[in-house]
Amino acid sequence: MEQQQETATFGMWMFLLTEIMFFGGLFCTYLVYRSLYYEAFVQGSQKMNVWLGATNTAVLICSSLSMALGVRAAQTGKPKLMVVLLLITILFGLGFLGIKGIEYHEHWENHEFPGQNFHFETLDKTPAIDPAHTEIYFSLYWAMTGLHALHMVIGIGLVAWLVIAGLRRAYSPSYFTPVEIVGLYWHFVDLVWIYLFPLLYLISKKHGGG
Amino acid sequence: MTTKTEHIAPESHIVPISLYIGIWATLIICTGLTVLAASFDLGIFNIVVALLIATIKGSLVVLFFMHLRYSTKLTMVTVIAALFWLFIMFSLTLTDYMTRHWVTSVL
Amino acid sequence: MATAVQTVERENYLNSNYGLKSWLLTTDHKRIAMLYLMSITVMFWIGGFFAMMIRLELLTPPGDLVSSDTYNKLFTMHGIIMVFFFLIPSVPAVIGNFVIPLMIGAKDLAFPRVNLLSWYIYMAGACTALFAMVTGGVDTGWTFYTPFSTTYSNTHVIGVAIGIFITGFSSILTGLNFIVTIHRMRAPGLTWRRLPLFCWSNYAAALIMVLGTPVIAITLLLVALERAFNIGVFNPQLGGDPLLFQHLFWFYSHPAVYIMILPGMGVISEIITCFSRKRVFGYEFVALASIAIAVLGFLVWAHHMFVAGISVYAALVFSLLSYLVAIPSAVKVFNWTATMYKGSIRYDTPMLYAFGFIGLFTVGGLTGVFLASLSIDVHVTDTYFVVAHFHYVMVGGMVMAYMAGLHFWWPKISGRMYPEGWAKLSALLVFVGFNATFFPQFVLGYMGAPRRYHAYPPAFQPLNVLSSAGASILAVGYVLPMIYFLWSLRYGELAPPNPWNAVGLEWMTASPPPTHNFDETPVVTWEAYDYEHQPQEEVTVGH
Repeated sequence: MEQQQETATFGMWMFLLTEIMFFGGLFCTYLVYRSLYYEAFVQGSQKMNVWLGATNTAVLICSSLSMALGVRAAQTGKPKLMVVLLLITILFGLGFLGIKGIEYHEHWENHEFPGQNFHFETLDKTPAIDPAHTEIYFSLYWAMTGLHALHMVIGIGLVAWLVIAGLRRAYSPSYFTPVEIVGLYWHFVDLVWIYLFPLLYLISKKHGGG
Repeated sequence: MTTKTEHIAPESHIVPISLYIGIWATLIICTGLTVLAASFDLGIFNIVVALLIATIKGSLVVLFFMHLRYSTKLTMVTVIAALFWLFIMFSLTLTDYMTRHWVTSVL
Repeated sequence: MATAVQTVERENYLNSNYGLKSWLLTTDHKRIAMLYLMSITVMFWIGGFFAMMIRLELLTPPGDLVSSDTYNKLFTMHGIIMVFFFLIPSVPAVIGNFVIPLMIGAKDLAFPRVNLLSWYIYMAGACTALFAMVTGGVDTGWTFYTPFSTTYSNTHVIGVAIGIFITGFSSILTGLNFIVTIHRMRAPGLTWRRLPLFCWSNYAAALIMVLGTPVIAITLLLVALERAFNIGVFNPQLGGDPLLFQHLFWFYSHPAVYIMILPGMGVISEIITCFSRKRVFGYEFVALASIAIAVLGFLVWAHHMFVAGISVYAALVFSLLSYLVAIPSAVKVFNWTATMYKGSIRYDTPMLYAFGFIGLFTVGGLTGVFLASLSIDVHVTDTYFVVAHFHYVMVGGMVMAYMAGLHFWWPKISGRMYPEGWAKLSALLVFVGFNATFFPQFVLGYMGAPRRYHAYPPAFQPLNVLSSAGASILAVGYVLPMIYFLWSLRYGELAPPNPWNAVGLEWMTASPPPTHNFDETPVVTWEAYDYEHQPQEEVTVGH
């Protein structure tokens, strides 16, 4: 069993390696354009709501705690506690998505979605330095947070599956491999956000929501 | 058995609840710090500080929540490989962008 | 001996279960390998059809067979199908899937259901891409350069990009499976230094699959988003940089060529040793060269962009690195040659293909070194010189290695021998046809003939006609094995467990193997390629 859990864990780490490279391409794009169009990125970033972003960061950190404790509960033979903790994790995850939804709605209303209807207005109504390049900032914002949110949705689904199996007492100290590897996935999604938050929200010291 | 020596079964290592809570608290504090740091104009160092704090947070998540601290050497190599390959992608791409303006004559 | 034994057919992975469901829901790596064999063979012929259309058009100087738009679609679809749907999966998904667990003495791969999922994902991606091709096609070149692919092309870019995106996950999962399997499922006594070089090569290729494929996935996703929402990340009119696309695209697509060639090199290592009856020269060097190719292969991608507008300083860096990546490949060629020196050579078909590989891969590899030189590249980039270079490594190298591997392991896979006479003839036709097709293209490129053009000045016609004639010979060389492999399933001589008297765990079980591979987990006490001692006894497993 140990041997199989180690194999499965290694497999999940390899998969996370691919996820790092997957997000990595977007981070590389961000890196290039931020270095080329810094002022435009600053102006775009000012329209972000830092408090919502920071709250979301805290929400994800809490969800990682509940997830880690949930895995520990499975490891120490406390199936009911595990289910409770995983449900809490799901709630935090849904909370994150809810806040993200509020932010997306606001950006959408402000014509900050790239494409035909994009129209950028700076935070303090000064002229936009370079709307086309700020549009790239927003493209990256939507692409990176959107991809992240998609991974959150998948993560919530996986944790829900664990809850269902956990209710049937499928896990025990000698077999909790799925819990462990879903945990790894969940923490990884948190990790991505830990980098997204400062890169997208904190470029400038002037920002929205403050 | 395989030729591996690390058969201490990392998954059997049980992390104390207090450690998890401590890591969680540190992460929350660091989040606050990074928001605070962003409200000062440190010029070029804003991004440095932000990434530094993010890396500290990320390391804590990877080492403790993801149990890398208690995992096999192979897992550690996997994580290092990820970082190294990201580094290759970023740095070699930037060699192009950072040096484009060094010379304006045609190849 | 072989024919006398089987009066009642022994149970093996082919006959253990009948019916479509037993194949479509199998988790047996050997059956999954066969599913892949069928899929990629179909894709090969579709890609080959496009090649035929290209060569037919190029028989005459004016663009008179198809319009230029159609021609653009032909070479695009030829490239996409051959690269993503044939070359990348070929050796790993067919031969690797079948042979690796056997070579390491395991019952199956680490994650058998993920393996099956891998095939289904491949099929979903292939069907998506083919559907997009059939309902309109795509004309951007397999390289999808922006802003043509994102803004100006009027073809089904998104559909094909999604198809490739999906298939990328098949590649990722296969790579993941191989890495975990080779780390964790080796039989007792099978240390890394005793591991067959085929496993080392596939391991190195799997590393690339896992590290590189996600990047092209995200890049194609960005292309699709840009096309759908006009976001501007790669559109210069909106502030984007088309070269960023090229950086991200080639970050994967250059290492991808090593995904293609490394498993082929692994096949050659197995065959050269067996048919020279000698252990491989410099085993550690060949093993480490595989890893070196995988790592260095990630550092050279911008040599595809020398004239695209990157900084000349970056170009210098990438040029130097590109020279370096040739070194481990050269080490392998030297070591294979040294292995053959004073060996007891047998000229069975797999060995003939291996000879072909060594010669043609060397030519292809050396011309790659020419292209790494900035000054030469400026003249021959985007000409037929480049086309010839990559076809020498991919077809003269990789496809020959694939054919070599199919012939070598066919007895193990099917329990039958293929007809040696016809096989030798096909190998000869492939070699002659290949050179007739592609050598003239080096000359054409050097003389300035650009690639991806459907019309050309009349002075280029003789070489083009020679090339097309060669292609028809090459095609015959590929059709014949299709026929005789199928023929052999019914009428071929029954194969013993070890028809080639080779060293390796896969030869210590029956041909074809039972579903569970080995009745007892073998224990390895001998070094790799221990041809001096030949430790295996007469095989008694598997009846």
